[in-house]
Amino acid sequence: MAFFDKIKNLFNNNDKVSSEESSQKQKKLEKSLEKTKTSLFNKITKTVVGKSKIDDNDLDDIEEILITSDIGVETSLKIIDRLEKRVEKDKYINSDELTDILKKEIEELLVVSKDITLEVDSVENVPYVIMVVGVNGVGKTTTIGKLAHKFKKAGLKVVLGAADTFRAAAVDQLVIWSERVGVDIVKQAMGSDPASVAFDTIQSAMSKNADVVIIDTAGRLHNKINLMNELSKIKNVMNKVVTNAPHDVLLVLDASTGQNAIEQAKQFSSVTQVNSLALTKLDGTAKGGVVIGISDQLQIPVRYIGVGEGMEDLQMFNKEDFVNTLFNN
Amino acid sequence: MFENLSEKLDKAFKVLKGQGSISEINVAQTMKEIRKALISADVDYKTAKEFTATVKEKALGQEVLTTLKPGELLTKIMKDELAELMGSSSSELNLNSKPAIILVAGLQGSGKTTFCGKLAFFLKNNNKKSPLLVACDVYRPAAIDQISVLAEQVSAEVYKEIENKDPISISSNAVKYAKKNNHDVVIIDTAGRLAVDEAMMTEITNIKSSINPDEILFVVDSMTGQDAVNTAKAFNHRLDFNGVVLTKLDGDTRGGAALTIRSVVDKPIKFIGTSEKMEGLDIFHPDRMASRILGMGDVISLVERAQQQFDEQEARKIQKKIAKNTFGFDDFLKQIQQIKKMGNIKDLAGMIPGVGKAIKDVDIDDDAFKGIESIIYSMTPYERSNPNVLNGSRKKRIASGSGTNVQEINQLIKQFSQMGKMMKMMQGGGASKMMEMMKGNNLPRF
Repeated sequence: MAFFDKIKNLFNNNDKVSSEESSQKQKKLEKSLEKTKTSLFNKITKTVVGKSKIDDNDLDDIEEILITSDIGVETSLKIIDRLEKRVEKDKYINSDELTDILKKEIEELLVVSKDITLEVDSVENVPYVIMVVGVNGVGKTTTIGKLAHKFKKAGLKVVLGAADTFRAAAVDQLVIWSERVGVDIVKQAMGSDPASVAFDTIQSAMSKNADVVIIDTAGRLHNKINLMNELSKIKNVMNKVVTNAPHDVLLVLDASTGQNAIEQAKQFSSVTQVNSLALTKLDGTAKGGVVIGISDQLQIPVRYIGVGEGMEDLQMFNKEDFVNTLFNN
Repeated sequence: MFENLSEKLDKAFKVLKGQGSISEINVAQTMKEIRKALISADVDYKTAKEFTATVKEKALGQEVLTTLKPGELLTKIMKDELAELMGSSSSELNLNSKPAIILVAGLQGSGKTTFCGKLAFFLKNNNKKSPLLVACDVYRPAAIDQISVLAEQVSAEVYKEIENKDPISISSNAVKYAKKNNHDVVIIDTAGRLAVDEAMMTEITNIKSSINPDEILFVVDSMTGQDAVNTAKAFNHRLDFNGVVLTKLDGDTRGGAALTIRSVVDKPIKFIGTSEKMEGLDIFHPDRMASRILGMGDVISLVERAQQQFDEQEARKIQKKIAKNTFGFDDFLKQIQQIKKMGNIKDLAGMIPGVGKAIKDVDIDDDAFKGIESIIYSMTPYERSNPNVLNGSRKKRIASGSGTNVQEINQLIKQFSQMGKMMKMMQGGGASKMMEMMKGNNLPRF
């Protein structure tokens, strides 16, 4: 069944159906969930097979496919534009070639970055300071737990700073992670000044000769200007203890977030100069296509992806794998 | 709230301005713009397509029957359609059982625990209920601590079993406990789970069958993109939930999920979350939301919230003081506290038609008052009720007491006297009409 017929059917499910039919529908739904990834690829194959040129209808279809992956109107149009130019040059094209070109065009929009463990040596005699920011509920604290585990495994001495002093039990949550991973943590009472927690953490890390400091911050919506200004204050304080700190400002994005993620990246960058992204919850059905636009427009690379709730469920972002997963080749 | 979408629709409607009637061609152009705007606001691709098709059909059909301008007509049709898409009327909770059991489910980080706290607060204040919060997220570190802290904030009891790792038995024990201890509502917070996590989806299905909830609420982050459709369908398929809670609506784009989820799972959106404060919970009104999307503002919500929080007696006292010219800094302070009780000022201002757009890039939250408050707290009672006595040396003392400088104090005094003048003016004419409106009479119903 074609991708769009399937969706059409799901829309028309107001019709009264027999129990047999509805159980069939349930199966179909389960299947469609299973197939969310493959259907995109199949669709493209169908639209271009046996054609020497991609016509307008095909391109419209591709646009639709890109948009339903959260890639967004603007970036989708850009990708199609690039694809069109390529197709103009290469007169003949089969479906495999088209898919490859499409993938390459998307990959070219994605900037890459190194693993932080490889950058730690770039700072001498001081800890490498990472500041973690993002809106509420994206998975900042969990990502920090996983990062700490990763660094510890790489033989680095890690200190965590519990600078989310606002959300109920946020400090407790990070404390549990620090115990689970077996790294030090610096904390103060709930409601205390997050900048002072960050300051203390870095000082304590220096006295302990730690290699990496990770500062957790409270989730905040990027349109709350005062909370965003607080973030730049926290950032500036770090610079007073260690020149050039923080060395990395990691913005955590939830893969299920739609186009609003672009605004998040813009606003967080404007107050803290975000230099890498962590894309979380990629183990669900969401594809996180919005990072393509962020990477292209703002030149901020995705560094890590979160694929589960366990300590080990953090991976380096690999753009080929990411794009392949979009098309599930 | 939905400013960005409204702005885009404004732009789309501009295409229509100056055209006498709705033709196939000018509607098609506008619809393309509207569809793009809806998609950029994360409305599901198909929903956007169907929606614009319906609006177009109705617009063409109604052409001859109306004397409105095309833009106005289209706005009306869009608003009606949007309201219909999001549910034709608001839907309240079923709290008839004793206790009424409410099961809360959703993805990780959607805001379930915060919502549970807010709901307890809401039911205590608005329905005079005695809610029991139940900590059933046994997985995420400190999740139980989080709900305990929130329970304390809203003065509700929390039921938890620290050693028990089985949410099914915790939830059924909690219901027994509630019955024994006269709690009339049980709110069950569960762990965040992905729709594709079979074990976790089975778990929540088992919780459902063991406690037989009166209400199952699905909590969704309003920033969710195209995946909202899949997730909502999968949760609905497993739980057949009664309603949706849309969280983090105090952010800036969103709306897409609201439009989509309501239409594809055919379940009402019952609540919206609008801040991290426990007061930040509102009942969802589809028609108001539709008006808001189209930039028509949400006067009714604003008035209701103001009525709820604004002490009328206090207001009358202040009115008298203004009239007698005895309005002092203490009264100013009280007013600030009243306003703070109403929630985020930007939220409130955003509900006034036409203001949403204007304040899009301005942040006015409660911190804005911190400086003012500390200055007033540094004044003596005499100074507070007699602002005219503030001379140079008094100002210096206040400045050092409040950690500000004389310049800031002068600024406050200036603002204060301007406000006094403004309030006096408002008492004269237009404002009395406004006050009538605020009291709930002659409200425009749209």
